Amino acid sequence: MDFAFSSDQELLRAAAREYLADRCPNERMVALAESEAGTDPADWKALAEMGWLDPELGLLEHAVLAEETGSALLPTPWWSTVALTWPLLDDDLRGAIAAGERSTTLAWAETGGPGTIAQAAANSTVTASGGSLTGTKVTVPDLTSVTDVIVVADGGLYAVDVAAHPETVVGRSTIDKTRRLGELHLDGTPARKLEAPLEALGDVRRRAIALAACEATGVGQRALDIAGAYTKERQQFGRIIGTYQGVSHRVANTYVAVQLSRSLAYWASWAVSAGDAQADLSVAAAKATAGENSVFACEEAIQVHGGIGFTYEHVLHRYYKRAQWINGFEGPGRQHRAAIADRLLGPAA
Amino acid sequence: MDFTDTPAEAAFRADLRDWLASALPEGSATRRPAVGRWDESESRIWSKKLYDAGYVGITWPREYGGGGHPHEFQGIYLEESARAGAPDHIGGIGLGMAGPTIIAWGSDEQKKRYLTPLLSGEEVWCQGFSEPGSGSDMGAAKTRAVLDGDEWVVNGQKVWSSWAHIADWCILVVRTDPDAEKHRGLSFLLVDMHTPGVEVRPLRQITGDPEFNEIFFTDVRVPRESMLGQPGEGWNVAMTTLLHERGTLGFALTAGLEKAVNRLIQIAMEAGPDGSRPADDPVVRDEIAQFWIDLQGLRFTNYRSLTTLQKTGVPGPEGSMAKLHWSETNQRLTSFAQNLLGLTAQLDADGAVWDGFWTYNQLRSRGNTIEAGTSEILRNIIAERVVGLPRSR
Repeated sequence: MDFAFSSDQELLRAAAREYLADRCPNERMVALAESEAGTDPADWKALAEMGWLDPELGLLEHAVLAEETGSALLPTPWWSTVALTWPLLDDDLRGAIAAGERSTTLAWAETGGPGTIAQAAANSTVTASGGSLTGTKVTVPDLTSVTDVIVVADGGLYAVDVAAHPETVVGRSTIDKTRRLGELHLDGTPARKLEAPLEALGDVRRRAIALAACEATGVGQRALDIAGAYTKERQQFGRIIGTYQGVSHRVANTYVAVQLSRSLAYWASWAVSAGDAQADLSVAAAKATAGENSVFACEEAIQVHGGIGFTYEHVLHRYYKRAQWINGFEGPGRQHRAAIADRLLGPAA
Repeated sequence: MDFTDTPAEAAFRADLRDWLASALPEGSATRRPAVGRWDESESRIWSKKLYDAGYVGITWPREYGGGGHPHEFQGIYLEESARAGAPDHIGGIGLGMAGPTIIAWGSDEQKKRYLTPLLSGEEVWCQGFSEPGSGSDMGAAKTRAVLDGDEWVVNGQKVWSSWAHIADWCILVVRTDPDAEKHRGLSFLLVDMHTPGVEVRPLRQITGDPEFNEIFFTDVRVPRESMLGQPGEGWNVAMTTLLHERGTLGFALTAGLEKAVNRLIQIAMEAGPDGSRPADDPVVRDEIAQFWIDLQGLRFTNYRSLTTLQKTGVPGPEGSMAKLHWSETNQRLTSFAQNLLGLTAQLDADGAVWDGFWTYNQLRSRGNTIEAGTSEILRNIIAERVVGLPRSR
């Protein structure tokens, strides 16, 4: 038993931290978030040069990077590409992604139709006909910043080159401005059927949840760091506020929440990558915990900041909105606990 | 990263399972435990059996009777013995607190004298840290030790001392220099509980059990050399003890919680007092899943801490939260289980559900957030030593 990342994986983490601190400090992330495009194509090239888009990276390497990019709210479609589409891509797309030329996301949700990836395989109404797709997908992550969209359609998975068909893309105003949602309007739009079958969405979903949990851990950790730094300095009534237990115990509770999130996120990442028998249970536990605990961490950080934490100017709300994004992705904690209960207790009468 | 056993770990686990199956009375794993704990004589016999089979002091140095194994083996032992329903070794305080402190601070002579009978269960240890006027604030201890010739003369009172009523030895924090700054005036003695002047009075807990005790010291004479560290170093020595108490506890706590979760699942599947099955209630299902998640969160946090311990010799900082989160989870879980039983939970003997197991454990759980560092103290420790906030006092 060895619950540690390898030395190569730790080197990757150290390099990621250095790059993100250097290239993606909060000021730049905020500027990008408030810009019209929301992303800088130069970053995508840089990620490719660093090897973050290499086809040979495994889920544990992705787990390390998801935690670190979450911590910086890196505004690129890295998570969408790696967490939502990786097992579905053919060699052409993988090669172009590794070169930093293409980027991808997954379109699974429909209005009144499937809301989660789990429901999408059997319920999609987007139809294919003679190499083209017709129908509408909603809440597509990073839709305005990717070149290609993998669409879950009735009967199969298709790749749509949205860079060549920008008329299909409608960006929606999104509270998390570093991971915006969009609508994809397909109307006889050319599409290429992928070899990966609809069943591959099961693997996509497990990976996506594990990586969302790792990202949530990075978000929660950053909220904790920000809260720790502030409560060490801020004085009221002549004392540093971190010496008041009403404040410091909130920080301690946040630490506990982030550690539980991290332990379960790592477990899920390992279990999915190893094909362990408990992989499904581990992703349910990780999703329920990491989503809710990262929201909790941000709420506690906002509270110990007082009024400044409630302003748009402070960076905390951006982490809070990402935590909420992750919490809403692929169903709330309650649904994942229900899945665990089904395994532990059998079906309810 | 790999959560499966290495070949050596798998072999150790398989041998241990076989041994437990043959050494434990039939049906131990499924036995519905009676109120309280295994009785003292059962516990002593079991402790000797464990020692003879090499399952005590698994990670301790071989030269003092330990197994010299990596820390993962201790984790495996705790998991498997809990699953098999095995009782605890009688020397919990010795194994978790006194022994590691003697290994860290003791002279060669002290290590030779004390460690082997501690492991075999022939000598039971207790601890004398808390006093009526100083619980969490151990630095304020008032029990005095004054040097008289070659002996320390001890006078004072200690409290909350588990196992003192059957203990042979006590690790005792005393004040040897009343003029020094409060933490610097303390020393750490090893006291023979059979010395004249030592009096033990059991205290009944809210469960009705006498689990811990008051100890009164009246002109108790202790040989000068029966000290760990130098006079005035008592605070530092005691910190080693508490680090081990909190650091190595995680696996035992998780193992106990696993049993509790499994039993909760069992009662949820059976018809409750009104004939309905709790397992059909969506709110109950949500709660049980959350307890299971908390269990896994603790388990994998322990594994992370253990991996750090194995690699660096020091448990990872994440280990500091194990007792805090476990104790609050255990309180929620036992109260939840008790609520499923309705008024029948008031029965605690014949005819009670599992002979009152849930009622006993719900009451006992209230001590979990007080003993071995209150939750308030543990939150201070996390805030100050892990997150790095300034000291609150």
